[in-house]
Amino acid sequence: MKFTINDEVIDLTLDPRMSLLDLLRERLHLTGTKKGCDQGACGACTVLVDGERINSCLALAVQYEGCAITTIEGLGTAGDLHELQRAFIEHDGFQCGYCTPGQICSAVGMAGEIRRGVPSAVTGDLETDAIDLSHDELRERMSGNLCRCGAHNGIVQAIQETFAPKAKP
Amino acid sequence: MTIMDSLFKKAVRLIPDKAPDPLIGAERQVGRSLSRVDGPLKVTGQARFAAEVPFKNLVYAATKYSAIARGRIASIETEEAKQAPGVLLVMTHENAPRMPAPPLMMKDPKGASGSSLPVMQDASIHWNGEPVAVVVAETQEQADHAVSLVRVKYDAQPARTDFDRLKSEAHEPENVLGEPSRIAIGDAEAALAAAPVRIDNIYRTPRHNHAAMELHVITVAWQEGGIIVHDTTQMVHLTRSTLAEVFGLPEEHVRVLSPFVGGGFGNKGVWSHQVLATAASQVVGRPVRMVLSREGVFRATGGRTLTEQRVALGAKADGTLAALIHTGIAGMTDHNDCPEQFTFPARHLYAAESMLLRQEIVELDMVANTFMRAPGESVGTFALESAMDELAEALSLDPIELRGRLEPAKDPASGLTFSARHLLEAYRRGADRFGWDKRNRVPRAAIDGDWLIGQGVATATYPYFRMPGGSASIKLTAEGDAVVSMASHEMGMGTATVQAQTAAERLGLPVERVTFEYGDTALPHGTLAGGSSQSASIVAAVMAANDVLVKELLKLAGNDSPLAGLKPRDLEARDGGLFHREHPARGETYVSILKRANRSEVVCEAAAPQPMEMLKYSMHSYGAQFCEVRVNRITGEVRVSRFVGSFDTGRILNPKTAASQFRGGIIMGLGLALMEHTLFDSRSGRIMNPSLAEYHVPVHLDVPAIDVIWNDIPDPHSPLGLHGIGEIGITGVGAAVANAVYNATGRRIRDLPITLDKLL
Repeated sequence: MKFTINDEVIDLTLDPRMSLLDLLRERLHLTGTKKGCDQGACGACTVLVDGERINSCLALAVQYEGCAITTIEGLGTAGDLHELQRAFIEHDGFQCGYCTPGQICSAVGMAGEIRRGVPSAVTGDLETDAIDLSHDELRERMSGNLCRCGAHNGIVQAIQETFAPKAKP
Repeated sequence: MTIMDSLFKKAVRLIPDKAPDPLIGAERQVGRSLSRVDGPLKVTGQARFAAEVPFKNLVYAATKYSAIARGRIASIETEEAKQAPGVLLVMTHENAPRMPAPPLMMKDPKGASGSSLPVMQDASIHWNGEPVAVVVAETQEQADHAVSLVRVKYDAQPARTDFDRLKSEAHEPENVLGEPSRIAIGDAEAALAAAPVRIDNIYRTPRHNHAAMELHVITVAWQEGGIIVHDTTQMVHLTRSTLAEVFGLPEEHVRVLSPFVGGGFGNKGVWSHQVLATAASQVVGRPVRMVLSREGVFRATGGRTLTEQRVALGAKADGTLAALIHTGIAGMTDHNDCPEQFTFPARHLYAAESMLLRQEIVELDMVANTFMRAPGESVGTFALESAMDELAEALSLDPIELRGRLEPAKDPASGLTFSARHLLEAYRRGADRFGWDKRNRVPRAAIDGDWLIGQGVATATYPYFRMPGGSASIKLTAEGDAVVSMASHEMGMGTATVQAQTAAERLGLPVERVTFEYGDTALPHGTLAGGSSQSASIVAAVMAANDVLVKELLKLAGNDSPLAGLKPRDLEARDGGLFHREHPARGETYVSILKRANRSEVVCEAAAPQPMEMLKYSMHSYGAQFCEVRVNRITGEVRVSRFVGSFDTGRILNPKTAASQFRGGIIMGLGLALMEHTLFDSRSGRIMNPSLAEYHVPVHLDVPAIDVIWNDIPDPHSPLGLHGIGEIGITGVGAAVANAVYNATGRRIRDLPITLDKLL
């Protein structure tokens, strides 16, 4: 089966039971994507599929044949950081670092949802296409990504600075 | 306490103080807000955790857990699992290698194990969730499928799983972490009965789960008669000695690496899975990776236990205490030693004419409970600080004013002098920051539409610890770089960053020239990352190594150096070398010393001195936690709208990472206050919510912007004047929230978590 992962085409045979997460981690050694619960409850395994965020632990790899998958390794490298990765360091948006790749991928996917005008549970006007990434809007949309060290404030600041620099804190 | 103990403690007080650390006020590197040195690795997914270490011929394990709490395995059918594709081994008590019981943490000096039970050695079952079978297969999918084919029949026996029914059997343990389980000063019950103002209530706290984001994992391989262990442990050397004992290996044949831990909070020591994976690897002759499922973390590793606490306060009209009583019961097992020291805050916080502080335990059949962020202090402050708020209310006193009247001159329980205690200063600064003077003291008086608004405050407290037994080495290179090493841990506290700073300060080098190595038993002996002790333990060991280094450098410098004839006490480290304290121009750089001596490097190692300061002084951190909540008067939903934590924790080494530690503790405290609850079926002993979907932790929308400030007053008796800060943040938060909820609603909730059903 063929997958496009971080712009690279990968061709391999795999167990149909294998999750996309385990494909990334165990077969391709792309271990930046983390396993925190393996049941869709924590968000540590968030990756982007054709630009949208998904929990890769709940995704069977075979479903994503032909899709463009972006993992944390595809967003930036230590020598060439994505703007959001730099902001996470600046605002201390992590401690142990285990939820971090998922938070970052999730935030990139979320920014796309805002651009497309997809409403959330706290969006006041469901008709509007111009959603303001307010503090509540941002926190609601990132609530699927758990952090146990308690880096929430730094994560929110980093995302706000990157995707909504003019929004009210 | 024996007479010898008592004499020893008295003798210790007579030992003269060591001179304070000369760097207590230094601020070249210490006190700078540096970003984490491992930040680029972590934000790009390149930090390699224990489940991510590649091995050739690696195989995968899956575990089956018992479905009863006590009894025996009557039969276990493994044939079908053995026949499943890819399966290499089905291990049960019938074929597991014979292994002695692992040494117990806190009981055995070499122990890291959360339980002293032998692992999979016979048919007996001790808790609902005990591992009964392990399958090893070529892939995780194959192992997961095959383990579902293992069939177990049990002979169940009556189990001790009902705390409420069994608590009448509670008894005092021999001691509580080496402290007496009972402290009685005067006749507190009589003084309580005679006091004009009395508060006397029962508080309950449930079981909690650490819920670190990284699952428990070990990747282990047998190599040349020893084992190499990649484990997510917060105690590499104790993990080494524990596995060495279980597998009959010399310790030097066991290497444990733990460079990154994806959250620990006290839970990441040794549990059965490391023993099982290592045994399975020995049997199949291949490296094994065992990642516990999230359910497995709940079933096979311990969390915080439940408590039922009584706090009774007998006050005079002026608020001073005639009686302070804090007693209660915690659930424990007969195979661990973790009594959840919830009476410890009351031993140190308040002046009282009489005291009765007593802890009891009741043995239950459950997974061994363990140390979780501020064990004891987190739930003990919920009870004590809620009661203080109730007393302030009864006296019509401001709760901060009440604390001012109860401030003791000496440690109330031990009589020791406080090394550094500036709690009231933390209250003053916190109150200013929070705007406490604007609070309406009348409950249910502040209303905004459907929302009732309230503010509450509570004291935070956690002891200072420095662990004995740590060593550090310093390597100076001819280029003028330093590598400082100690087998310590980075679970997100900022160790790698902050200890590069402290070592750079000690060596007089720019921080960019210093690397701190940790997380590997090949390095000098580390102490565990627990009890908020690690920073002090590392700094003391590095200081000792530096003392040796300075002497060695003076020898190397010889007679041709400007340093000739000088003693270590004449010198200070700065500008990349050693210089005379009083004649700043007289000195030599490390590069120059090594060059003349024709050395490519110099390496020195030393052990930290015994932590005598802990015996001489009452050493604690303090804080004041201020919380504002909004409670929906229709649904009972509680939202935390503001939070200020004001801390008194000695010198702060790196404000950026320190703020994250404080906030992290506070946020886990918000979980404790409002949602966290491991649901335990008292009939079956089964944990009913073993997942992150059902065990609720605070998520982004639950967390407001949290303001943290600190006194930054050094402790003259600790290395660099520092106190560890990993745990203080969670303490007091439960009570601060409960007190705010009372102020908002007029409802006093004494049973955590404060879920909306309790407010309807």
